[in-house]
Amino acid sequence: MIFKVFKKQELARLYELLAVNVIVGPVSRGNDRNGNPLYDFDVVYDFDELALDYTQTVHSPKRFVLPYHETLATFTTSPGGWEKHVDLNVYRPLVFFGMHACDINALNKLDLVLAQSTYPNPYYMGKRKNLFIIGIDCTPEPQCFCRSMGTDSAIHGFDLFLTDLGGKYFTEILTATAFDLLSEIKCTDPSSKELALYKHTAKEKSKRYTATVDTSDLTKILDLEFESKAWDAWGDKCLSCGTCANVCPTCYCYGVEEHVDLDLQHASKTKFLHSCNLIDFAKVAGGHNFRPTSASRLKYRYYHKHRGFVEAFEESLCVGCGRCGTACLADITPPEVIASVRGKE
Amino acid sequence: MSEPLSYLGVPLARPKVGFFELSSCEGCQLQLLNNEATLLDFLNLVEIVNFREGMTERGDTYDIAFVEGSVTRKDEITRLTEIRKNAKILVALGSCACFGGVNQLKNRFRDLDWVKKEVYGDFPIETMEVHPLKDFVQVDLEIFGCPIKKEEVERIVTDLVVGKAVHHPEYPVCMECKANENICLFELGEPCLGPVTRAGCDSWCTSNRRGCWGCRGPAEGANLKRLEEIMHTYGFDREIILDRLECFGGFASFTQAAPTQDKKSPARRKKS
Repeated sequence: MIFKVFKKQELARLYELLAVNVIVGPVSRGNDRNGNPLYDFDVVYDFDELALDYTQTVHSPKRFVLPYHETLATFTTSPGGWEKHVDLNVYRPLVFFGMHACDINALNKLDLVLAQSTYPNPYYMGKRKNLFIIGIDCTPEPQCFCRSMGTDSAIHGFDLFLTDLGGKYFTEILTATAFDLLSEIKCTDPSSKELALYKHTAKEKSKRYTATVDTSDLTKILDLEFESKAWDAWGDKCLSCGTCANVCPTCYCYGVEEHVDLDLQHASKTKFLHSCNLIDFAKVAGGHNFRPTSASRLKYRYYHKHRGFVEAFEESLCVGCGRCGTACLADITPPEVIASVRGKE
Repeated sequence: MSEPLSYLGVPLARPKVGFFELSSCEGCQLQLLNNEATLLDFLNLVEIVNFREGMTERGDTYDIAFVEGSVTRKDEITRLTEIRKNAKILVALGSCACFGGVNQLKNRFRDLDWVKKEVYGDFPIETMEVHPLKDFVQVDLEIFGCPIKKEEVERIVTDLVVGKAVHHPEYPVCMECKANENICLFELGEPCLGPVTRAGCDSWCTSNRRGCWGCRGPAEGANLKRLEEIMHTYGFDREIILDRLECFGGFASFTQAAPTQDKKSPARRKKS
């Protein structure tokens, strides 16, 4: 790893150098009913649109690599058969300007399933490989439990990572592309004072975490508490609306639909992200539903995140961003659910 | 008529289709006619023999009858029974046909004679309590929405013609709303029935920053009890949720369980 320091005003120059590409970053989305600012990721056209001091975005950056709806193939049909057209929907590289560590780690986790598994997903790979990611440090918010999940700092999966030192950015450089890019702006090696300041910033940040999840022996505890009454209580609250999965940066479950066009000469195959909380998620041909109750579906989501995935990949599928709990109208949050299953109220 | 229909070389029957309306605004049928970009393809897929809003000719031989509107008069029962007799498949088109729709709002009043007087004054017409089609005849397929979503009807008709099963989403509007990257309207201070209403509209209203009024009726397993608590937490009183739940009649089974004092009396209505 190479570390550099540059003055804050150099960041606009960095933006200009990258602006030949499509740039995605955090932007303001107005205020909520209590006057708190809202943010989301979107394509930006000007450096000033970026809200780099953003609090957590409502939605995750997932849709840029894993769209909610994606056409996998289109078909032209004729009396003799059909012709299939496949488009991976990758048209140009994407620059992510300002991604928090949790979201970088979320992409790394998606890679485990969608890029590094036996059958890599070409639609995902095409988009993922064409990302240039500039990470940025954050201030822990009340819903953040990333430290418990070990995802509060990103070790890989980005090109550059910026930490705000006041008037300057402390920069971690991970890739050759990023190194070449930084040679175009004025940077210096970190002085011992700047290094001390960086360490101090990290220390201050770690004091700010308030939400925690006890992950010790969690896979075993989930196994033991399969029949726990706690699941029924949460199931009773759950709206089965799928909001948690849609705002989650790592939920990747999906369904596929085939559709014949009105002219009967064209057809398409579309993938859409689904959620294991939805009532028809485990419904199979013939109408049988393996998980007809809200409690069984909610439990399934926690088992996938905190048990099944851990057994398969030795890490959780949750990055502790807390978006699901924030977005949930029924106030179902992972720290509370896991604590109740553990028997701690 | 045009060439015989076929898909992948397999010949398909071009169904004879009739569109009918009972008490309604006929807006659902208008939605179909409005879709100029695909209208010709739609007309090629079916043979329309009856469509008062779109053509002069009338025919009583049809395979599929799309019936818009709710039953509010006795003669409509006779007409509906006749349509049922003629059709192989009867489709309830839109929320009026499925649940009674906006028309059934009058069922909220205890005294229907008072309602009639308020609306028609000295020129009364014969009208009764509002009913969905299924109260009188067998309905084979329901297409929800006020109005219906034309893309959805086109998909359903295509599925019927090529012989695919017709599926409605069972989950609530929230799923589509979040996939459209909307910020939850509750967070913006507006009430919404999205968490309990059947999806399929592609979050039409909420994507335009209007809270859902539940025109498509309840999602499967809708958690009304929890939504009422959430409405309360967000500072919306019971009247607000009831107004929405009762608007299209889809939630009748939930609202009828409500205490009778919630049913508006004419006197109370006059005061407001």
